[in-house]
Amino acid sequence: MSAGTNKIDVTVTDIVPLNDLVTRFKFERSDGELLPTFSGGAHTVVEMKDGEVSRLNPYSLMSDPNDRTAYTISVRRDEEGRGGSLFMHRNVKVGDRMTISYPVNLFALDLRAKKHLMIAGGIGITPFLSQIRQLDYANGHFELHYACRNRALGSYVDYLTSAHPNDVHIYFDEMKQAIDLENLLDGQPLGTHIYVCGPAGMINWVRDTAEKLGWPREAVHFEEFLAPQSGKPFQVELAASNKTIEVGEHQSLLEAIEAAGVDAPYLCRGGACGQCETNVVDYDGEILHRDHWLEDDEKQSGKKIMPCVSRFEGKILVLDR
Amino acid sequence: MTIQFNDETFRDDYTFRNSQWAIDRFPFPFHEDSYMYSVNMEQHQGGPAGSIFEKRFDVDEHYVSEMRDRALVLAEDPLRCQSLPHMTLAGWDLLELIMVSKSEDYPDLFELHRDGDRWHWINRPLGIDQKFTFMDEATLPYGPMEYITRQTQGDFAVLDQRDENLWMDAGIVTTQADWSLDFDIGMNFFEWHAPVPLAAEMGIFKRALKFLMNIQQGAPARRLNWTMTVNPRLDTSPENYHKWGPQKMTLTPENIGRKQHLRVELQTFFRLPRSNGLVFPIRCYLIALEDLVTVPKWGRRLHRVIRDLPEELAEYKGFTANRAMIVDYLSKFDDGLPTSDGIWPDKDTEPPLQV
Repeated sequence: MSAGTNKIDVTVTDIVPLNDLVTRFKFERSDGELLPTFSGGAHTVVEMKDGEVSRLNPYSLMSDPNDRTAYTISVRRDEEGRGGSLFMHRNVKVGDRMTISYPVNLFALDLRAKKHLMIAGGIGITPFLSQIRQLDYANGHFELHYACRNRALGSYVDYLTSAHPNDVHIYFDEMKQAIDLENLLDGQPLGTHIYVCGPAGMINWVRDTAEKLGWPREAVHFEEFLAPQSGKPFQVELAASNKTIEVGEHQSLLEAIEAAGVDAPYLCRGGACGQCETNVVDYDGEILHRDHWLEDDEKQSGKKIMPCVSRFEGKILVLDR
Repeated sequence: MTIQFNDETFRDDYTFRNSQWAIDRFPFPFHEDSYMYSVNMEQHQGGPAGSIFEKRFDVDEHYVSEMRDRALVLAEDPLRCQSLPHMTLAGWDLLELIMVSKSEDYPDLFELHRDGDRWHWINRPLGIDQKFTFMDEATLPYGPMEYITRQTQGDFAVLDQRDENLWMDAGIVTTQADWSLDFDIGMNFFEWHAPVPLAAEMGIFKRALKFLMNIQQGAPARRLNWTMTVNPRLDTSPENYHKWGPQKMTLTPENIGRKQHLRVELQTFFRLPRSNGLVFPIRCYLIALEDLVTVPKWGRRLHRVIRDLPEELAEYKGFTANRAMIVDYLSKFDDGLPTSDGIWPDKDTEPPLQV
């Protein structure tokens, strides 16, 4: 069964530019019904029809999980990327019909936590917005440390500091403000869970520091969606469906498989969830692993690939798909 | 459809009976003439009209009496219902899922009226009319999970998902095939399945866990499982083994058709939206062998399955002592003719028993 097959037809009902980089989009169901509730930290996969190209990008839901009238997401423009965020910024207009997936949560709150310590970098703030709303209902105890480049690019800084003046701490990189991480982690009460979402460097920094200080692995949660990277075009044989396909420069392997009409499972499309794991039947060349899912020995074995973010360079790649 | 609810017992005098309607829609669990474990999951998105797969939470003629039996079990042993403190939100998720499903699927039996957080629930078969505030425990006589599952057939395991595993952190368990919530509470998926023979070696649990953790909102799944029970007793728990275990020794060739029951579980799996938990309803259906063999295909097939079952499985399912007697009884309903594929009775196409 292919996950991610539960889709919702929505209409874009509001587009709000927040600053030079980030724009917020609001979706309501096209049939006028209510949307499903969700849990803080969940994402939806947005389908974009860009001419002949079909792109599916995951975005964290940042609205109130109990508000079933609309979902909102915030999209950061990525000039270097393959065009998904640029499409959202340039082409999507109020009134457009789009297709999104049911909510999926790979970054849920651990509801056993006595305190939720949240660390966000840049656009990584979005899942925390819905998590904080969820905790508001349950009188949950949280503390947010949010680093961004400057005040102008600090999406939702004003909202967060006015709604939660005692629990939100903002750091502006350009003012040389930095999270004093060791000190912060050292002073936490028993039963605290850490959540981090932001650039890879920040996630590694928080995970490594927590490990060094003796935090249990189960108490450190992180989410990083990798955007698929462009690369040299390559050819792939799909053994189970007896097809040979071309993966374009700005296309992911998963997108190329889908474009060939072959059903492939997925959830996050960002190298995190493991759903699209595919067996490699044969290869002659180098598999460019870019996911967070496979263990190092699995990557070295050459027997597995995550087609949502990983690519290939060489002569032959044969997949069991 | 109007259901005639039976007035019957699942203990002491065992007045439980299946009507012809209930026999015809019984969830026979064997799709071929042999049985081995498999993950055997499918989408839980309806099924043939009138079948037990049609509705999200099947309500049948045993509903009112089963709820009475559950109340008796809970009165004797409150630990059959437990919810660790972090699972209350999942309890509200479950209450919402069941109330919405039942009121949509059985509008003549159940009504749900919602005005923001002010909810009004009407359960006609049980004579309940409850106004309460959603997410406010103080407005219900029990916690949300216990409140709604005292009104819903089947056991419920409510699982927390974290650390790449599922954890049995809440549930209500009064109609179980010899397992204990009080023993399993707080365990993870591998721990609570540790007693099951063969399956771990076959890699079943790793695959099943991966499947379950990927179940998404709006895409519930289901499977059937089965065992054997002497007398139509719902509460075959380890806690009460002294009450039902010895009854296995009361079978005779004369009473076996009436006393020996095939026990089938419809197991379903739903992602819970607010908590990101997973609920695992385990609904028990019982049928006496003498009723089951009135369907010629089922009589033939059950004989072959029980006769050829690996010994470890008969041991685990607890009927080794009576296996020979069961096979002997069923052999009278197996004329050796081939059977059609699938679980359905196929009464119109399968030949009657040739004697």
